[in-house]
Formats: sequence, C-alpha cells, structure tokens
Amino acid sequence: MLSINHNRCDLCGECIKACPFGALTIKDERVEISAACRMCRICLKKCPNKALLAADGIRKTADKSNWKGVLVFAEHMEGRIHPVTLELIGKANELGAKIDHPVYCIFIGHGITEKARELLNYGVDKIFVYDHEEFACFREDLYSNAFEDCIKKSKPSIVLVGATAVGRSLAPRLSTRFRTGLTADCTVLDVKENSDLIQIRPAFGGNIMAQIVTESSRPQFATVRYKVMEKARFIDNFSEKLTASEISEKIEICRLPGSKMKSKIEILKVMPKEKEVSISDAEIIVAGGRGFKDKKDLEMLEEMASLLGGQTAVTRPLVEAGWAPYTKQIGLSGRTVRPRLIITCGISGAVQFTACMNTSECIIAINNDKNAPIFQAAHYGFIGDLYEILPLLCDEIRKREIRNAV
Amino acid sequence: MNILVCIKQVPGTNKVEVDEETGVLKRDGVSSKMNPYDLYAIETALRIREKTGGTITAVTMGPSQAQDVIKEAYMMGVDEGYIFSDRRFAGADVLATSYTLSMGIRAIGEFDLILCGKQTTDGDTGQVGPALAEYLEIPHVIWVKGIEEVDENSITVEQDMADCTAIVRLSYPCLITVDKDIAQPRLPSYKKKLKTRNRPVKIMSFDDFADKNEDNYGLSGSATKVERIFPPDSNDDHIMFEGTGEKLSREIYDILVKNKIV
Ligand SMILES: Cc1cc2nc3c(=O)[nH]c(=O)nc-3n(C[C@H](O)[C@H](O)[C@H](O)COP(=O)(O)OP(=O)(O)OC[C@H]3O[C@@H](n4cnc5c(N)ncnc54)[C@H](O)[C@@H]3O)c2cc1C
Repeated sequence: MLSINHNRCDLCGECIKACPFGALTIKDERVEISAACRMCRICLKKCPNKALLAADGIRKTADKSNWKGVLVFAEHMEGRIHPVTLELIGKANELGAKIDHPVYCIFIGHGITEKARELLNYGVDKIFVYDHEEFACFREDLYSNAFEDCIKKSKPSIVLVGATAVGRSLAPRLSTRFRTGLTADCTVLDVKENSDLIQIRPAFGGNIMAQIVTESSRPQFATVRYKVMEKARFIDNFSEKLTASEISEKIEICRLPGSKMKSKIEILKVMPKEKEVSISDAEIIVAGGRGFKDKKDLEMLEEMASLLGGQTAVTRPLVEAGWAPYTKQIGLSGRTVRPRLIITCGISGAVQFTACMNTSECIIAINNDKNAPIFQAAHYGFIGDLYEILPLLCDEIRKREIRNAV
Repeated sequence: MNILVCIKQVPGTNKVEVDEETGVLKRDGVSSKMNPYDLYAIETALRIREKTGGTITAVTMGPSQAQDVIKEAYMMGVDEGYIFSDRRFAGADVLATSYTLSMGIRAIGEFDLILCGKQTTDGDTGQVGPALAEYLEIPHVIWVKGIEEVDENSITVEQDMADCTAIVRLSYPCLITVDKDIAQPRLPSYKKKLKTRNRPVKIMSFDDFADKNEDNYGLSGSATKVERIFPPDSNDDHIMFEGTGEKLSREIYDILVKNKIV
C-alpha cells in the first residue's frame, strides 16, 4: 500500500506529474492517494523528500499447505561444520518425521561443495549449496540474499538457525523479509499436526516459560543455542553408497543473479581469536551466584573447579558486578551448558539460569534457603552454607588425592 | 552527519510480571531505567559526532513515561529525541516493533548511521536491530565492539564473531548494534540537565505515521503469539540433604566418588 509522510511532504507536486494512473491529487494542502494507485512505485523515485513510501509491513497470512519442509542453516568455519548445525539437524529430523516433511540444509560459503556430502550422513534429504568466492566471509547482505533464494525455492514450513553470531544476524533479517515470526533461543521445539511449530523458551522476564506459535505466517523461524538439542545420528558410510545421480539429486548447486551478489559490506580483515575453552564445552562446572559475598571469595570456586578438573561459571548478577567476565555467564543472556556435572553454589535458580543448564547429567545444588527454586532443577540438593561446605569439600578431595598419590 | 540511536526503557529490577492471559509483560508500577546496552550506543554516537560533527537523534517506543530515557539521553549530549507512543503499538513482537520503529524513523527524516544496543535486558533477543535494518533496506553489522575509523561516507567497525574478530567497512546508510566494552558511557551531566531541562521530547503516534493500517502495529501486527505460559519443569527425582557442614560436604564427596568424578 502506498503511504505518505505528510510532515516530509512540501507539496512540490512531482509525484502527481509522475503518476501514470492519475492516482495522486492535492486536496486541502495534502497529497491524497486514490484507489487508482497500482503500486508501480514510480512516484517513490520522483519524490525529492522521500515522503512517499510503499508500506507493506503486514505479516502475510500463508496457505500452510504450500509450505513443506524443515530447513536448517548449516553454519561452518572454513568448511568445518559448527556442532550446533548437527544438533539442529537432529531436531529437524524429529520434527520432519512427525509431520512427514523433508529436511533441507542451506550451506553458504566458498570451496564448500565437497563438504556438503558430509551433511547427507546425518539424514538430510536435500542440501542447497551456495558456493562462491564472494561468500568466503560472512556478509549479512549476500548471505541474506542466498538464504532468501533458498527459501523461495524450497518453501519450508520451518527454518531453524543456530543462535550464533552469524545466526543472530541472519534470522531476524530473513524473518522480516518474509514478514513472518521469529522466536529466539528456544529450549524446546515440537510440532502440531497442522505444521505449527511449538516454540518454548523462558518468558521475557518472570520465572515462567512461554509457548509461542507463529499461527498464520510461513515460514516459521526459530533460533536455538548450541548444546540445547541432541545431535543428529550419524549414518555410517551413507553418502559413500550413493550413486552420482542420487548425489546430484540431493545436492543442489545454486547461483544468484549478479544483481544479488553486490554487497555494501566490505570485510577488510579477519583475525582469529585466541581459542578460549568455552564453558559450553566443559564436562564439569562449578558455578557461583550471589550467595558469594565478595569477589575474592570466588577463589573457593576456582579451587573447587581446579580440583575437579573443571571450569568455573557464574550467574548474571556477578557479571554485572564485574566479578567475572561475560564468557563465564550461564543463562539466557549468557551461554547454555550441558556438562556431566554441575555444582551450583549460592544460586537461587531463576528460570533464565536453569533453562540453560537443566539438561546437565548431574546437578548438585548448594543453597542455604530450602525454598530456593534451584532445588527443583537439581538431582541432589544440599541445604547449607557454601562458606562452610566448599572449604571442607575441597579438603576432602585434597586428602583423597594425597591418599591416591601415596 | 545524521546519527540516530534507538533506545528502550526496561524494568529496573529482574522481577517482572507477565500477564497470565496474553503473555505480555506487565510494565506498570515497577521502577525502570534505560537498557544498559543502549548507554553504549549513545556513547558511541557521541564519540562519532565529536569526529564528524552533525546531530544525534534518539528514539524510543513505549508508554509515555518512557520519555525519561530520552531526557537521560539529552543529559548525555543527544540533540533531539522522539517517543513513539500509542496504545495501538502495545503488545508488539519483533516484527511489529521493528516495523513501528521504521515507520517513525521514516517520518522523522534521513539518517546516515543508526545505532542500537546489542540486546535489551528484558527481552534479551537482540533481534530488533537487524529487523529494523531490513525494513529500512540498509545493511547492518551486529555485535560491534570497536570503531576503527569513521568519516563522512563510511564507518569501519570491529565485529565480534565469537571465534574471530572481523574488521568491516560499511558505507552509509547503515545500522550497527554495539556491545559493551565499546566505550565507557559518560554519566549524565548536571550542567546538561539544566541546559536541556526545557528541551521537549517530541511525541509521535499512529496518526503521524504514513501507514494508517492499524493491523500492522502492536499485537495485531505481530506474527508470533504466546499460546500459554507455565511454570518451569521440575526434576521429580531429586534427593535433599540437610545437616552440618561436615555432614553435607562428606555427602557431596560421596556422590562425586560414586559418579567417578574424583
Ligand atoms: C531477560 C532476562 C535474562 C536473564 N538472563 C540471565 C542469565 O543469562 N543468567 C543468569 O544467571 N541470570 C539471568 N537473569 C537474571 C535471573 O532472573 C536472576 O536474577 C539471576 O539468575 C539470579 O542470580 P543468583 O542466583 O546468583 O542470585 P540470587 O537470586 O540473589 O540468589 C542467591 C542465592 O544464594 C543463596 N545464598 C546466599 N548466601 C548463601 C550462602 N552463604 N550459602 C549458600 N547459599 C547462599 C540465597 O539463598 C539465594 O538463593 C536474567 C533475567 C532476565 C529478566
């Protein structure tokens, strides 16, 4: 629909002269648009004040039967598949099987075509590959164009994207381009018979979970963090056994027209970061919260973690207080973890924290308030003072080490 | 140079109530503050203006008390501010929020550079920036942690990509979302407070926007819907321990041994 920003319009009349349909007139010192407008957009280009605009903000109501499939954005670092991709494929396989939809991947990069075969071993039905030197580095505009092209080709009902630096940049861009819904950081995904994606995540604020649906538009976009879903099962030798024609059916090499390959973003340099061990990959975590009264008391946490060969982590208030770096934060606005063991000390267990650690194999909680919600998430709950328990526990472990050494 | 900063008022505490019926946040009656990440966006804008000259406009969408964050922006040195406020904007998801912002921004004028905070502390998704860029048809870069260079035509930024850092150049118009650590935000100054005391916050509502279709805004313009809200799952088979420090540490130790951790 054509609209006018009247406060930017100076009634110069250029649009009226330009309109081939005579749809524009001036009435009471305002430009009016009549039903004769065909949305040719010629006036948009002529207006010197950019007062005219084509407003098409409305979310589109989709015919759900035209949208079939679960599309996964396959993220990689120079061809090495990011593990979150395999977790998303695992979820996509499950959702696809439930509603009898195929599972697709989109794979964008440079020199990656060979790598695409690898993904077939995880049960993906079809892979759309965009391989071009212009795609060597992530650039939001070119990647969005490829993603858009793929969605138009495959018409998926559901699109799953990892909540990574790249995914968080792309998903909102694409969901907006298709005027549809996006739910970030889903912790549980399921699907209804009518293909509506059930998206569950901690509600914005509050100690409560929300179930969110994109009822009338398609595709349905969701982002999921690393370590939230189960990895897809690897089917040994699957792709090796495929014939050349089967492969060419399953891997579609896609190209964009030249007009879609022009970027406004220039990557001048990419510098690798020093690889830090991320808490997301830790097997053992000792986590501290506001039960710690002073920054220096966190040394107890460090000691405990080093005795167990694990890592320390914290809740958000400690990061906000500057007691620990952001990379150590577990939770909705930090990282998701899934270790073999996590010991929480002086953490109350707000849903924004627990939703991002409650799939850990063994959860031990220490808190002096017997009503703390963390005990609902824990396997073993200890009602007591961390200032008493931690030093004694450290002693106990040290004694054992000495015994073992002797 | 015309710089625009998008800012938001968020609850001052973590205790937020959710309306059981609609799943929409209840924001009345709790203390509020400017989203901390937006302070970094404002600071970045101020530093850019020191180099290039020009004006900084701040915009926010929200109920009328959200004007406070614009006033705070004035005290930091922002030149002009707007609030987009209308009951028809309420209950908006990412799609409707970014659309409303885009309509408001288009009604104000042309901007070379738009800055947003990386995310908010209440909604937390960081999606509005890229979605807004899409509506305005301009490129974006998220998670900017440093400005390398800035001139009349382009900006070169340092982008945090989790496993690497990229140096990226964008020509105007464009949008960036900035991370903490980009620059320490200055405190609102008392002198500026006095000076800007009478500077109005311009109010824009639905009627000022070009798109007059109510269905495009607020709850009805949203593509996502909260179907239900429920308490988090609890783990049914948990074992609780009570007693002295000695007893408890001994019991934890036994569990660690049993699970072959030590
Ligand atoms: C949108 C949003 C996103 C959020 N994201 C995150 C996030 O990513 N990560 C996160 O952690 N939080 C996040 N939060 C905040 C979250 O809601 C909680 O406020 C926070 O997790 C609480 O941290 P805490 O448990 O350390 O502190 P508190 O809630 O203050 O709990 C401290 C606990 O320590 C116990 N305690 C005190 N002294 C002792 C002692 N001597 N011995 C034993 N126990 C003791 C107390 O009983 C209490 O239970 C978010 C909130 C919102 C609204």
